[in-house]
Amino acid sequence: MKNTMKLLLVGAAVLSAAVFSAHAEDKPKAEVMTSWTSGGEAAALDVIKQEFEKRGGVWKDSSIAGFGAADAAFQNRLVAGDPPAAKQTVLGLANADFVNQGLLTPIDGIAKAGKWADALPKSIADLISYKGQVYLAPTGAHGESWVFYSKETFAKAGVSEEPKSWDEFFTALDKLKAAGVLPVAWGGQSWQESKVFNMILLTQVGIDGFLKIYVDKDKGEASTEGVKKTLDILGKLRGYVDEGAAGRNWNDATAMVITGKAGVQFMGDWAKGEFVAAGKVLGKDYGCMLAPQSPGMVYVADSFSFPKIADAASQKGQTLLAEVAMDPVVQIEFSLKKGSVPMRTDVDKSKLDICAQKGLELMAAGKIVPDQALILSPQQAGALNDFVDEFWSSPSEDSASGAKKFFAIFE
Amino acid sequence: MQAKRKRSLAATIALLPTWIAAIFVYIGTMVWSVRLSFTDSTIFPSSNYVGFAQYVRLFRNSRWLASLENVLIFGLLYVAGCLALGFVLAAALDRKVRFESVFRTIFLYPYAMSFVVTGLIWQWMLNPTLGIQATVRAFGWQGFVFDWIVNRDMAIYTVVFAGVWQGAGLVMVIALSGMRGISEEQWKAAQIDGIPVWRIYLSIILPQLGPALAASGMLLSMGVIKTYDLIVAQTGGGPGYSTEVPAKFIMDNLFERQNLGLASAGATVLVLSVVMAVAPFRYALAMRARRRGAH
Repeated sequence: MKNTMKLLLVGAAVLSAAVFSAHAEDKPKAEVMTSWTSGGEAAALDVIKQEFEKRGGVWKDSSIAGFGAADAAFQNRLVAGDPPAAKQTVLGLANADFVNQGLLTPIDGIAKAGKWADALPKSIADLISYKGQVYLAPTGAHGESWVFYSKETFAKAGVSEEPKSWDEFFTALDKLKAAGVLPVAWGGQSWQESKVFNMILLTQVGIDGFLKIYVDKDKGEASTEGVKKTLDILGKLRGYVDEGAAGRNWNDATAMVITGKAGVQFMGDWAKGEFVAAGKVLGKDYGCMLAPQSPGMVYVADSFSFPKIADAASQKGQTLLAEVAMDPVVQIEFSLKKGSVPMRTDVDKSKLDICAQKGLELMAAGKIVPDQALILSPQQAGALNDFVDEFWSSPSEDSASGAKKFFAIFE
Repeated sequence: MQAKRKRSLAATIALLPTWIAAIFVYIGTMVWSVRLSFTDSTIFPSSNYVGFAQYVRLFRNSRWLASLENVLIFGLLYVAGCLALGFVLAAALDRKVRFESVFRTIFLYPYAMSFVVTGLIWQWMLNPTLGIQATVRAFGWQGFVFDWIVNRDMAIYTVVFAGVWQGAGLVMVIALSGMRGISEEQWKAAQIDGIPVWRIYLSIILPQLGPALAASGMLLSMGVIKTYDLIVAQTGGGPGYSTEVPAKFIMDNLFERQNLGLASAGATVLVLSVVMAVAPFRYALAMRARRRGAH
């Protein structure tokens, strides 16, 4: 059955190739499918697009708002035998299925020619390879455990320096509340809430403890205790958000910090892209800190994957896009717009802001833990989102029974 | 005789494409989905059969159970609410009010909007910091609370509001056309007898509208099963999964969670529940037809 399916797919691909080759031009072309649609994200994608076009490529944008929506559209096109030339994807287990089904083109040759292995941190080089071959072209890494704060509101509330511990943090939130500022701009979607959960968990169990829980699925006493403490802190945060938070988009929450309506936001460093797009200056208008007591940083990494495609011009386009994405200058420019950290370690760091520099330092020192997309199956990652959202929206739930439900995710 | 056979052959050939489409497209895909629900398919279909494991997983999943409960609450209230409000609106317009066509357009207008738009509008109106609550507070009533959409126990009812707001217009139009078909004589006779207007509607008009209301009820019920876009736009299934519905559960598992097997099991359960709801109804109709035939 699987073989007939494949045969059909190949047949369809060959057929469409035969139709299109009549019009095929020599120029490499690429239809690029991403979910990068917010201001900062779109500006970052434009960096890649412009370089791609400068080198003679023909670019076709197929961006779709919403990660899930873009994924669904991509899977439909793939199964229908009409994939785009490239798809933005997060490094991690979700790609393994595509590779195993033989639907992606390896780009090992390009990676070898460009000496990617020397330029990338080892963990990333491992993550873009499946079965010993490189399949993904990384664009940038994101630190996910950041807290962004509005300097204006901090000054108004009399908070003079960044809180170093959770106790100090909650004192600062109380001061913000007293000053009539909404303390926390909360993004009320489950994926955002599970990011907050993870960043608190990292502060409570440390890097080794974090990996023990997510990689080894350990539910020993120390792990359980850590999850309980995490849920306590998470639960305490409920008192500092507004009523309208349910379902709020992350960039809407960022806008609340930008306009001084709210004090802090827990978010990945892509939020910086929104600050930049709004003309705000880091260190003057807003600040960034890791979640209090963080021993490291939670990270997630974006890349392009390249579906097997029969059209010769698109194949050339795939090669060109992979080269452009890994170009040192593009990596820097892209990161500045998107708020991410370049994947290459051999780039000119001086152009990066202090947050990105700190992120790069942590990455180089190995003080990073992967996001759930990298270590959990999509099914488990989804169950984690469900769990955190359920806990967040039921204030009556105690942390002990919450912890029990948390460990049930891995069963 | 021969001519007749020839004609039926021609008819058969003409209908063949439809038959093929019906068998392969409708029944074929249904069988395919049921088959998948017995496999361990993740992102792509697999042929590794696992028996009822996906169903066991499904009914152990608290999110799925919540979605069944929600669709039941939503379905009952939505259909009942649309029928009741639609009937009342139709009765009001039936009294030959001025500007009837203007009102009719206004009431029917929501039905012309997609559920996505409906969901977004209601999301904004019900959001405590933007909508109704904030507006009333701005007028000076500081203690006013209307935060159902962020309240786990009440959120599903806000979806009912939006649904009824959208669907009542359709019932109104169908009921109104039914009322127009009722002869003036009955009205006159009832008025001579001195029966109050509300009583006329309840005891004389309503029973005669049975078929029209049953048809609208059927249309609305079909909408309930596939309710997806309204939820996504209005609440996203939240807070928690207090407004999750089966169709959204299935879509999430099909794409985001790469879980074809579980999603197919959910879809199969949904089809079965529809069949179970429709079967007694069909049976009753068939029995009635047979009884009539016996006379």
